[in-house]
Amino acid sequence: MAYTLEGSTGTWEIVCGLEVHAQVISKSKLFSGASAAYGAEPNTQVSFVDAAFPGMLPVINRECVAQAVRTGLGLNAEINLWSRFDRKNYFYADLPQGYQISQFAHPVVGKGVVEVTLADGSTKQIGVTRLHLEQDAGKSLHDQDPSRSFIDLNRSGVALMEIVSEPDIRSPEEAGAYLTKLRQVLRYLGTCDGNMDEGSMRADVNVSVRKAGEDFRTRCEIKNVNSIRFVMLAVEAEAKRQIGVWEDGGDVVQETRLFDPTRNETRSMRSKEDAHDYRYFPDPDLLPLVLEQAWVDELKSRLPELPDAKTARFVRDYGLSAYDARILVMEQATADFYETVATGRDAKLAANWMMGDFFAALNRTGRTIEDSPVTAANLAGLIDLIADKTINGRIAKEVFEAMVETGQAAGVIVEAKGLRQVTDTGAIDAAVDAVLAANADKVAQYKAGAEKLFGFFVGQVMKAMAGKGNPALVNEALKARLS
Amino acid sequence: MFDLSLVAARDALAAKKFSARELTTAYLGAIEKLNPDINAYITTLPEAALAQADAADISLAKGEAGPLCGIPLAIKDLFCTKGVRTTAGSKILSPFIPPYESTVTANLLRDGAIFLGKANMDEFAMGSSNMTSAYGCVTNPWTRRGDNRPLVPGGSSGGSAAAVAARMALGATATDTGGSIRQPAAFCGIVGIKPTYGRCSRWGVVAFASSLDQAGPVARTVEDAAVLLGSMAGFDPKDSTSADIAVPDFAAACKRGVKGLRIGVPREYRLDGMPPEIDALWRQGLDWLREAGAEIVDVSLPHTKYGLATYYIVAPAEASSNLARYDGVRFGARTPGRDLTELYENTRADGFGAEVQRRILIGTYVLSAGYYDAYYLRAQKVRALMLRDFTEAFETVDALLTPATPSAAFGQGEKMDDPITMYLNDIFTVPVNMAGLPAMSVPAGLDAQGLPLGLQIIGRPFDEETVFAVGAAIERAAGFSTLPNLRAGA
Repeated sequence: MAYTLEGSTGTWEIVCGLEVHAQVISKSKLFSGASAAYGAEPNTQVSFVDAAFPGMLPVINRECVAQAVRTGLGLNAEINLWSRFDRKNYFYADLPQGYQISQFAHPVVGKGVVEVTLADGSTKQIGVTRLHLEQDAGKSLHDQDPSRSFIDLNRSGVALMEIVSEPDIRSPEEAGAYLTKLRQVLRYLGTCDGNMDEGSMRADVNVSVRKAGEDFRTRCEIKNVNSIRFVMLAVEAEAKRQIGVWEDGGDVVQETRLFDPTRNETRSMRSKEDAHDYRYFPDPDLLPLVLEQAWVDELKSRLPELPDAKTARFVRDYGLSAYDARILVMEQATADFYETVATGRDAKLAANWMMGDFFAALNRTGRTIEDSPVTAANLAGLIDLIADKTINGRIAKEVFEAMVETGQAAGVIVEAKGLRQVTDTGAIDAAVDAVLAANADKVAQYKAGAEKLFGFFVGQVMKAMAGKGNPALVNEALKARLS
Repeated sequence: MFDLSLVAARDALAAKKFSARELTTAYLGAIEKLNPDINAYITTLPEAALAQADAADISLAKGEAGPLCGIPLAIKDLFCTKGVRTTAGSKILSPFIPPYESTVTANLLRDGAIFLGKANMDEFAMGSSNMTSAYGCVTNPWTRRGDNRPLVPGGSSGGSAAAVAARMALGATATDTGGSIRQPAAFCGIVGIKPTYGRCSRWGVVAFASSLDQAGPVARTVEDAAVLLGSMAGFDPKDSTSADIAVPDFAAACKRGVKGLRIGVPREYRLDGMPPEIDALWRQGLDWLREAGAEIVDVSLPHTKYGLATYYIVAPAEASSNLARYDGVRFGARTPGRDLTELYENTRADGFGAEVQRRILIGTYVLSAGYYDAYYLRAQKVRALMLRDFTEAFETVDALLTPATPSAAFGQGEKMDDPITMYLNDIFTVPVNMAGLPAMSVPAGLDAQGLPLGLQIIGRPFDEETVFAVGAAIERAAGFSTLPNLRAGA
């Protein structure tokens, strides 16, 4: 069922496209040798090129181009072997050159596609229009002093990929799913860390609304939204605002807006009339960017396995459901963790442990998979103890909690706590006999047909054995005695 | 000592006829004496130059002298020099001291050159008269016969050319975006070569129009120019437009001769109303080359007439963007304002002169939405056609010979009312920049008023060697030996 919004004049559909700015993971900046690392003291990572000193010239960073090409390949996109850098001219204090070097007319990556999976399990293809490389600007700090503004040029010249989607998105959920998937692919590729709270990934959201069957209506662009949740909220808030404007007999004006998450509304930032004339023209300091197909092929051959392929493989090789596979593949680290645990073991049991007790423990302790107290090897060790019947499933849960607490291996805990499962039939038989003797009335009821009581006997025997009895042997012994 | 060419002075230094300190001291004295009248230097560096001279004398004594060891030069104030104020002839850079050395000047220092000072120039290299410098105009060391009114040295490298002509330096660096080496060289009776675009690194050279700017030397002789260019040129990975092509022995090329060369005469350079003496000098030059064994061939460069119009779209467009960085925020002069926009407006209104402002406005206009296609894009298409003209001509000839300028040096203050008249100075030189070709101006004679005139030799891309060979042949045939009145040692 397609997502729609109800207005007073009928049903409206959302049309949305996203422009995502993703900071390229690279040691140095797009056109200078200065460090691109995040979080340094202001103005400590600024070369004369970044500060646009007289006579300084840009030289393209090969690694940034490789990252853009890898990303394009990961988005199933065309790689343009010939592309070009243009200058986008405007004045601002954090833009030292007075222009941004960007690929306006000829991007390095052309059309691609991102497949998203929605909550109902359906999939949808969102088109990618293009991906181009450009410089980031510096940062203006207006809140450090009552009368002055400060400029931090550390970010000036850092490489960004601008990834532009087609207007294929039809709901807040699709917008969220697209961003989530895009971020996942970028992280898998190692081309962007996707940390939206650090600003290394941000989205401009283009929204319009229309009635069924109509052409596109006027759109507005919501600038610099910095979380997936805010993007979803902004799409809905802006769509509702536009529906209100149209239904009140007004016209939506093409403009740039900002999203205010505290009030859940968008506000006008500047109208089309105030829009800059960027005076784009080819940057004469740079030659066209010409790539060799062989180089692109080599990058392609070294791409990591991407989420869609990994999901399919998990379903195929580990017998997981598509849903489980998608969850385990969400983050590369989780998928790697899972594979370490599952390889050579009961893959479904491994998946259940990961998605059950393990994720719950991470949530509860506020840890991530990278700093999990239970390592993949230790979780695998736990599953091995279950498989070789050293412990039973119930004890395993107890052992796991101890592992979360202490970080120790399962075997160590089992030995220390004496949790090894009892398989000695003599001991089991003795416990069974004692339980049956103490519950003669229930035995009589059972034999009279109250078969439900079998579970009661099992519970009593396990209790008597401090939970360590081998469940199968206990069952067997009980059945033999009660028959 | 002042009569010696750069090459002769180098030989004399090697032969210990005088020391680098003596040579430098003599040139510093010449500057002290003549600069108040000529204003060729914005900044002089007497102490640093003498220190460099002493270091050169040590190298000479040890026999470790580089190709320019102990040679005192003037450096156009467009080249960033580490720790030495670099103004680009503009008020906006008046407080600017670069913390880096341009690649070209670093190459010269590597080879042992001594920097006497920073040469005056049109502001941001925009001009053909040196009248747009914020540091006062330069006076041409030459005057008309019987007329002492001051003349312009040409521009934008007018300070460099005047310094060399008046013997206030043994050679100088210059830059050429539309004729800024060749026109002042012609006006001052010296040699200037703009090499192929990409031959000299632009790194550390204050940009005017990036796709046209190219550094080159001005010098007293063709061979001097060859030695200087050999040092200045070379691949630089810091300039993406620098060519990774080996630098040949330009000085050796000067001795090649022109026998068997085919020299093209582009008929479109024969302008209506061109002074007859310039036409006569051009014919004379062709006769000299014919007598030296070259074959003269008529060629056509049909898009020549669009050269100036195209240049005055492309160059201002690039300049309007290149000069955006002079905003008073990080370096250079600042005039405060109440907010950021006013800071920009005040800084740039105070810092830039009228001609620079005019070109920024033209450039901003031609790149604007709605005008881009009609101006900038069309200009780029015409530029491609101009390059094709040259490429086709060079299928049949080895070099082209043309006049360097449509007139001799004019008076200070002349041609100032109408920028178009001023722009016409570059009519023969601009197409060469549009095509990125190497071209030299070599002094070939005097006009009726006793002022020097130059001929221009245009070569194939990266074939400066043929340009040097032809230039040297004309130099030999012309035997140009007249000297300006204002000069050291006179």
